Amino acid sequence: MTILYFAWLKERMGTGEETIALPEGVTTVGGLIAHLKARDPRLETILAGDAKVLTAVNQEMATAETPLADGDEVAFFPPMTGGRAP
Amino acid sequence: MIRVSDKAFDPAAEMTAFTRRVPQSGAVVTFLGQVRGQGPGGAIATMTLEHYPGMTERSLERIEAEARRRWPLDDVVIIHRHGRLQPGEPIVFVATASPHRLAAYEASEFLVDWLKTRAPFWKKEEGGFGARWVESKADDDDAAARWE
Repeated sequence: MTILYFAWLKERMGTGEETIALPEGVTTVGGLIAHLKARDPRLETILAGDAKVLTAVNQEMATAETPLADGDEVAFFPPMTGGRAP
Repeated sequence: MIRVSDKAFDPAAEMTAFTRRVPQSGAVVTFLGQVRGQGPGGAIATMTLEHYPGMTERSLERIEAEARRRWPLDDVVIIHRHGRLQPGEPIVFVATASPHRLAAYEASEFLVDWLKTRAPFWKKEEGGFGARWVESKADDDDAAARWE
């Protein structure tokens, strides 16, 4: 699957895009976030902080419960400039 | 019509092109957003607009479709820049055409309110103060919520 980072998340992660295999046992966005946090301390800091981070799956806004399949495009980004959340 | 591009555009030329497409419409309303010259930290030298290619176009198409569903519009155009811009440069141009001015005005406000809060664009301002990502604003959320 493809993971995308935008705006300050991209700067903090040092990359805008990475490709990973869907991790064993991960079936939702929430599960993927837990996996990524455990893997990368930078993301732990980013996603555990006060800053609100939004998620999209295949270019549609998603929640922690949104299901995932291998091959999905998952994007993490701050709220759109001009609004907190859709 | 949606256009997202890193190329500069000429608002006057876009207005002319739009009005030629809708000679039957009684009312045309246009909105132009420009890069501001002053931010909370002081004078802005450059602004970089980042977006999510693909999702941006999809969001804008959906917003246009919603406007057409709510108001009797003859045509709609949304042009949005991305990339590095200077103060005073056009960022976004929205035009609506309708038989009646109220629909054209309302649809224009709706389109700008929703695109600001729903289309995946992020702004980074640079100047003597350094560089800062522009944070989302509660005012814009309130403006967008009027249309819920």
